[in-house]
Amino acid sequence: MRYLPLSDVDRSNMLAAIGVASVDDLFADLPKAKRLAALPKLPPHAGEQAVARRLGTMAAKNTAAGSVPFFVGAGAYRHHVPATVDHLIQRSEFLTSYTPYQPEIAQGTLQVLFEFQTQVARLTGMDVANASMYDGSTALAEAVLMAHRITKRDRAVLSGGVHPHYRGVVETVTRFPGHVVESLPPDLLGTEDILAAIDDTTSCVVVQSPSFYGHLYDLKPIAEKAHAMGALLIAVFTEVVSLGAIEPPGSQGADIVVGEGQSLGNPLSFGGPYVGLFATRQKYVRQMPGRLCGETVDADGKRSFVLTLSTREQHIRREKATSNICTNAGLCALAFSIHLTLLGGAGLTKLARANHANAVRLADELAGISGVELLNRAFFNEFTLRLPKGAAAVIETLAEKGVLAGVPASRLEPNRPELSNVLVVAATEVNTDEDRAAFASALREALA
Amino acid sequence: MIMNNVGRPTAPVATDAVVAASTFTGNQGLAIEEPLLFEVGRLDVTGVDIEDVDAFEPRLGGLARTAPIDLPGLTEPETMRHYVRLSRQNYAIDLGLYPLGSCTMKHNPRLNEAMARLPGFGDVHPLQPLSTVSGAVELVAELGRWLLELTGMASVAMSPKAGAHGEMCGMAAIKAAIVDRGETRDVVLVPESAHGTNPATAAQLGFRVVSVPARADGTVDPEEVRKRLGPEVAAIMLTNPNTCGLFERDIVEIAEAVHAAGAYFYADGANFNAIVGKVRPGDLGVDAMHINLHKTFSTPHGGGGPGAGPVVLSDRLAPYAPVPFVRFDGEGAAEFVETRKAAGERGLKPFGRITAFHGQMGMFVRALAYMMSHGADGLRQASEDAVLAANYVKARLQDLMTVAFPERPAMHEVLFDDRFLEGTGVTTLDFAKAMIDEGYHPMTMYFPLVVHGAMLIEPTESESKASLDQFVDTLRHLADKARSGDVDAFKAAPRLAPRRRVDETLAARQPKLVHQG
Repeated sequence: MRYLPLSDVDRSNMLAAIGVASVDDLFADLPKAKRLAALPKLPPHAGEQAVARRLGTMAAKNTAAGSVPFFVGAGAYRHHVPATVDHLIQRSEFLTSYTPYQPEIAQGTLQVLFEFQTQVARLTGMDVANASMYDGSTALAEAVLMAHRITKRDRAVLSGGVHPHYRGVVETVTRFPGHVVESLPPDLLGTEDILAAIDDTTSCVVVQSPSFYGHLYDLKPIAEKAHAMGALLIAVFTEVVSLGAIEPPGSQGADIVVGEGQSLGNPLSFGGPYVGLFATRQKYVRQMPGRLCGETVDADGKRSFVLTLSTREQHIRREKATSNICTNAGLCALAFSIHLTLLGGAGLTKLARANHANAVRLADELAGISGVELLNRAFFNEFTLRLPKGAAAVIETLAEKGVLAGVPASRLEPNRPELSNVLVVAATEVNTDEDRAAFASALREALA
Repeated sequence: MIMNNVGRPTAPVATDAVVAASTFTGNQGLAIEEPLLFEVGRLDVTGVDIEDVDAFEPRLGGLARTAPIDLPGLTEPETMRHYVRLSRQNYAIDLGLYPLGSCTMKHNPRLNEAMARLPGFGDVHPLQPLSTVSGAVELVAELGRWLLELTGMASVAMSPKAGAHGEMCGMAAIKAAIVDRGETRDVVLVPESAHGTNPATAAQLGFRVVSVPARADGTVDPEEVRKRLGPEVAAIMLTNPNTCGLFERDIVEIAEAVHAAGAYFYADGANFNAIVGKVRPGDLGVDAMHINLHKTFSTPHGGGGPGAGPVVLSDRLAPYAPVPFVRFDGEGAAEFVETRKAAGERGLKPFGRITAFHGQMGMFVRALAYMMSHGADGLRQASEDAVLAANYVKARLQDLMTVAFPERPAMHEVLFDDRFLEGTGVTTLDFAKAMIDEGYHPMTMYFPLVVHGAMLIEPTESESKASLDQFVDTLRHLADKARSGDVDAFKAAPRLAPRRRVDETLAARQPKLVHQG
């Protein structure tokens, strides 16, 4: 077996050194009656070619996003990732290292995390950021729990523009400790009155902008009302590239900013692994979940980095920890950071503009089709259409025509028949004029 | 010296500076210092050529960004150097033996990386029409089948993002099952040697944690469990093999007692790699167990993630699995159940959703490639080799270093304590840091908390005998050196790493988490 260096001779010699007759003696504590002699239902070992053939066959059954005109978003976005990113994250020293618990031999990972934290804080307009979370949805759930710790209240208000999966995660995670989540109905038109839902029992208000339906919200009045009531504003985004074009949540008064960072550096990969971004105000640092990297010095006085404030964490605090989390999304955070380093603020601005331009053109092209209604006035690279018939059937028809046309809202909100004709569509810099034309023409045919 | 609450020094003691060759640049040959991105990048530079777009009327509704983004950029060659130089300051499995107990730093096969990057896996969207991703669903189902076969369990929830997330998933299923029974059980039993995530998870779900002490041989005494069982107990969370590297030999008796008291048995699967193909948790009475794909099935640790923590469930807990999940019918055909509505139509009662989308697909591909490569025979052999390696290290060190629980066979890892350093002035931390100068990553230190100055060594099955011998010889040399009274050398270590000991106390007292300026 190509991955196992010990030979049978080595094994015999090692057993002799240990002083046992067979390897089974080392498993003597396993209950005899339960021990397995073999795994008869599983195949034997296989060479690289055989494994690659088998997995290649499975992969070939899927329609790769890059092989068709592609407009699917709703929380995960297809962007061009420079080749440099994937090369660098496969460096052995990044790929095959552990959590940097020994800072003297992990300064590479630690400096990357420190740079990542700084990038995320600057991008979101916040004071500090952590070293990343599993993904945007779990980052949001942790943000709500953090708000409850800070305010000592337990009633969160969620905008109807928050991604339905994100709402599901928040509702699940807060239900067990008995917290209350007031979820507003889906905000299809971007016109909900969230201010009316905030009162002096509210722990936090959660607003996603751009929203699941693509709407952009002015967070400032929401922050004002929340703060006046002693509540926190949690701002969420699923498309981090939007921060290259719109006012960052930090300068709109958000207290905690969370989001999905997949768009930078990370492939779609059928939903994971992704990278959750988490930023907040300096005064809340000690209530933050997740790993944090801080600057310090070594014994020679040289600038160094080290994981810090671990007294918040489970391995020290156990049942009193701020969270049970003990990993970040290290390699995905590295990919994010490298991509953002290549872009810089100037490149991100340009990238965001290219996304917005493509989306505006596509929205106008599709809205020109008879029976199709564009539901957004303002949007970034994603918008919502109301079709004259069921969106789920339409995207299947378009898929048969070789266009992956977006996400029917009913797939995520199956209990809301009023959303059955609603289609969420994303356009990014990867879409060409021909892609948009193919979409428009296929949709026209499907609705004819 | 400043210590934390488990007796671990957090700030370096003053030692003589190492005299290194003085250079103009501060670099030392191939060891090149790298400034922060924010010190070398420029605000007007970008390393990505993006085409200009034709003029258009923006539709940002008055929310357009007004201030430029304060993020410096680098061109491609500068980016490459920045990160390659940083990478060289890291230890890695590909560089050497990485004996971190409980972390399972085994070889990460590169075939797995290539497979995860096939466009049919890496470039598919989680919300594409299901008709366009049948191969992706097939892969998730196939991995699920392997996991069920290896664990002997009824069902699997694939979406947890990491081990601790899996714990939350499994314990939430237990909570949902208890609520469904109309009960209010709220106590979870956790052995003292457990990972910190276990009590943290239980507390996060609103359970009260009651600790179970270990007996003298390092394992859990069924009598101590029985004493604590009662109508208020919801579950026990047990790691097996436990964090002392020992198999909980009374596990069947414990499971029976737990079930007889109406409670559930959660197994922390962090150490499943020791027993794959040797015994199945389902046959031992386990109701739920997360599987760290990044430990047992070799998906790369990546400097701290991403992980992946699918949870296998017994029949009793299967109906409560969170969406989405793959479900198998009697013939083994797979069905992808994505919403609570769809689950409800099938008579299931999912407790909710714990992440957006479907889980760590990229890790699923890697783990399945690992399993298919090893096969039934290779997986068993890997477990045996891992256990053999740990026992070999134990056998060759036990005369010089003190094994914490010598009477039981070690499993995949062996736990030493610091009795062998008594009177030398050298601490576990000093010993570990001296290993760095010898070219090794230290073992897990000061964990588990049940022994003093713990050193937990997990060599894994990826090491050749020559590599194990060199490692053992090095530790023997260091143990001799400590006993010979050469304390200063230990206190000054590491001398040869990119950094010497760092001041953790300073970092925590005045947290500097982002670069200013």
